Amino acid sequence: MKTLYWLMKREYWEHRGGFLWAPAITATTLLAIALMSIIGGEIVGRRMGLFPLNDIPRGNDPLTPEQFQHVGTTLDGFLCFSAVVVLAVMAIVVFFYCLGSLYEDRKDRSILFWESLPISNWKTILSKVLSATVVAPVIATVIGVLFGLVLLALGLFYLMFHGFNAWHLLGAAHPIQVTFDIIALIPLYALCALPTIGWLMLCSASARSMPFLWALVIPLASNLIVWWLDVIGLLNLNASWYFQHITARLLFALPPVNWLEFSSKLHVHSPDHVTMLDQLGLAGNYAALAAPDAWIGIIVGGAMLVAAIWLRRWRNDA
Amino acid sequence: MNAVITANGLSKRYKDAVALDNVNFTIQPGRIVGLIGPNGAGKTTALKAMLGLTNFQGHLSVLGLDPRTQRDKLMEEVCFIADVAVLPRWIRVSEAIDFVANVHPRFNRAKCEAFLARTKLQPNQRVRQMSKGMIVQLHLALVMAIDAKVLVLDEPTLGLDILYRKQFYQSLLEEYFDDNKTIIVTTHQVEEIEHILTDLMFIRDGKIVLDTDMEAVGERFAEVMVSAEMASTARQLNPLDERQVFGKSIFLFDGVDHARLESLGEIRRPSVSDLFVATMKGTYA
Repeated sequence: MKTLYWLMKREYWEHRGGFLWAPAITATTLLAIALMSIIGGEIVGRRMGLFPLNDIPRGNDPLTPEQFQHVGTTLDGFLCFSAVVVLAVMAIVVFFYCLGSLYEDRKDRSILFWESLPISNWKTILSKVLSATVVAPVIATVIGVLFGLVLLALGLFYLMFHGFNAWHLLGAAHPIQVTFDIIALIPLYALCALPTIGWLMLCSASARSMPFLWALVIPLASNLIVWWLDVIGLLNLNASWYFQHITARLLFALPPVNWLEFSSKLHVHSPDHVTMLDQLGLAGNYAALAAPDAWIGIIVGGAMLVAAIWLRRWRNDA
Repeated sequence: MNAVITANGLSKRYKDAVALDNVNFTIQPGRIVGLIGPNGAGKTTALKAMLGLTNFQGHLSVLGLDPRTQRDKLMEEVCFIADVAVLPRWIRVSEAIDFVANVHPRFNRAKCEAFLARTKLQPNQRVRQMSKGMIVQLHLALVMAIDAKVLVLDEPTLGLDILYRKQFYQSLLEEYFDDNKTIIVTTHQVEEIEHILTDLMFIRDGKIVLDTDMEAVGERFAEVMVSAEMASTARQLNPLDERQVFGKSIFLFDGVDHARLESLGEIRRPSVSDLFVATMKGTYA
């Protein structure tokens, strides 16, 4: 346990730039763009004489509890959306992290130092999988919700600037609960991301050079062959089925909300939900695991990780 | 005492070459063994087999463990420095110490920090900002603080200047080595470690061609400086090697009675490097 903790800490030290700074810089950049847009819009608006805004309903009348809740739902949805934006950036970071995770240390021969310590291979690889599926998403979620809150505050400040005092509406949002709800969904995310993580780490452990190319070429080329066999009538396998169930899951299972394709019951944009938190309901989302497809992916992903552990043990020719 | 390392019929074949060919040897505790051979002779393969980093045929036992199947346990008792600059470039001195201190049960943090205090290394410094010599200082500090039974060094001083090289071996001898520890070292800079070795192993084309302790070297081998008129007599005694210096011939003999050699000229104990060159003649031909 202690070893695993320190192994994960080591991954964090090495990849602080990707796990922490990339999401943080993305959020900061987007905030800067938002601020520039507001200032730009304000100045252009004034030049064109659009202000003061009179046709927007004054928010000074007290809201009914139902309206207040509705505002909360919208704000929580907004927070979720900003977290998803940051999680999407994290998905790109994690994609390349996995590709390099079992390759870079063979390339620079530092594997010889790590191998000189009494650490099992499976622990090393588990620590990398957990870094990709837990550490990086939790950091990205926290940054994403903070980013959403600052963006909201910016919007409310802008409204205040124009005479609409709406700060009390912020009280309708549930940022902490949204954060914990998203974090509670991370195990589900991790399971559904396993085919891609397993595939990328398998390529990373096996490639003598250019793991990126191997990881990309094998699924895409096999997809092309399936399509071609289908066209010439040799094999009756649908290429788009193959893409959706093999190629896409090997390569593109990292983006946020990756379990959607397995959930038949879940409709994220359904209007029946009273609050955004209902949509984040654990049971509804985890129901995706009822799909056999999801489990096939999890098992295949796990098998590829086992193969990566074996390769790491017996194929280091550094 | 029980042998630290025992190899019986140890073999390793790569696709197109034999790296180890049915090798047998034992290494006793409290020894410093020099494993010396030309490039590609199988030194590194032998070390990798001991460390469980490669598969092999035959029997090999290190501290009573099989390196292939009991590697995790083995590495608590075995340390190694594989050439220079294998420390990850991103790591800081303090991070390296923290990490090893928390994953290695036999690491002594105070010892490591005491050793580093005598260097110019700063806790915040990253490996990528260090010179080769400083990287080795850090690596040595980490390894010397581990109370291991076996230390394996594979070309540990390659590319270092002479100050770092001397300091490296001096630290090992004075602060690390004792009767319970065994050091196995491969290097091409034979002259520098000659005086610290207790045992010598020459390896050539995957075979051990010489396995002896240093005291026996002086008894078994002799270098004789012979004047020109005696040279033909000397040649009849089957010398390993002959070279010319200042009009005289220097012959290297293996297992010839010293009393007999004294009649030919002045006897000297051959240096390991002369012995090595003579033994490995024709390796690259």
